[in-house]
Amino acid sequence: MVKEIERAGLPVVHMCTVVPISLTVGANRIVPTVAIPHPLGNPSLSHEDEFNLRKKLVLKAIKALQTKVDGQTVFEN
Amino acid sequence: MIRVVHYLNQFFGQIGGEDKADTKPLVREGVVGPGMAFKMALKGQAEIVATVICGDSYFNENIEKAKADIIAMVKKYNPDLFIAGPAFNAGRYGVACGAIAKAVKEGLGIPVVTGMYIENPGADMFRKDIYIVSTKNNAAGMRNAVPVMAKLALKLAKGEEIGSPDEEGYIERGIRRNYFSEERGSMRAVNMLVKKLKGEEFTTEYPMPTFDRVDPNPPVDDMAHAVVALVTSGGIVPKGNPDRIESSSASKFGKYCIKGKLDLTEKEFQTAHGGYDPVYANSDADRVLPVDAMRELEREGVIGKLYDYYYATVGNGTSVANAKKYGAAIASELKDAGVDAVILTST
Repeated sequence: MVKEIERAGLPVVHMCTVVPISLTVGANRIVPTVAIPHPLGNPSLSHEDEFNLRKKLVLKAIKALQTKVDGQTVFEN
Repeated sequence: MIRVVHYLNQFFGQIGGEDKADTKPLVREGVVGPGMAFKMALKGQAEIVATVICGDSYFNENIEKAKADIIAMVKKYNPDLFIAGPAFNAGRYGVACGAIAKAVKEGLGIPVVTGMYIENPGADMFRKDIYIVSTKNNAAGMRNAVPVMAKLALKLAKGEEIGSPDEEGYIERGIRRNYFSEERGSMRAVNMLVKKLKGEEFTTEYPMPTFDRVDPNPPVDDMAHAVVALVTSGGIVPKGNPDRIESSSASKFGKYCIKGKLDLTEKEFQTAHGGYDPVYANSDADRVLPVDAMRELEREGVIGKLYDYYYATVGNGTSVANAKKYGAAIASELKDAGVDAVILTST
């Protein structure tokens, strides 16, 4: 799906936990996430801390969409 | 007797379903689950001395640690052969089987065999490194897969010559080997051409590699005025799953309105995905589809606008052909709607 969205001309960032799979399917902008059943959350945190973690990850994805990349790029930090 | 260690996930290892997918690696003496069928197929020439079981999520979330811990477990049993799976079309399981088989081969220097469906992401990732027997896309293919895997495994353990992918039933590894042919090359080429002209089936001797890569699009220049859409393969749907998106092998995707929604609540949203423990997404779907965080970034002016609709399907055993189709359809609708960029989340 990521690849088809990219092919259509829309910049896309893939947020996922298993980065090797994302690399295999051909995503170009990749932001690693927390865990498979809760990529953008962490149930062991307080509601507020969990929201802040999610916001930080989404912000990273937004930054990735604003970054020029030449090939597959994993935005680690 | 050839000593074998077998690798299974939590499901085939009879630990439990998705709620046990975070199980850390553990060892059982002897055979477990599909190991019984392997025991028969190995025909007394090899014995499964131990079975290592690991949860699919645990493995994929902790790949390096899981590999190291499992290798240590395998080593204790001093095996001559390592068999993983088969994983069929289970993505996390396929990656685990491929990764651990490759690690055992390189770390312990013993032959390894696994099995999976050709579209399993693990197949593309590891087919050049190890022998992966081509299986059906679901566990109904167990009966066919086991004898093929066992036969290939025995040959490898005995150091016998391994035939072509077609003869042995493994996924092509991209290795070319010289052999003496009855007919010379020009003759074979002309014969192939004649078959092609007649519209008959022919087998190429040198398949061209297919690279389906898409170049990255230029970045978004003016994010503060951009419309950003959310898409997910994590199966987030309105409560009750109105479009009845299937929990695996989804035959459709859904488009759902989030206009004015600040947060995805337990009352209104859930996951339809059958391939991960749904507890966390059901209690707060923002953990998969981050609407609340996007709203805050919208309020802060970081992005112009969160698009009024999101798209979702269930990425669980979904065929590549369908995923492509859904991706293309979603992209075309998003473009028509004036969306500038997409965040796609996967579980």
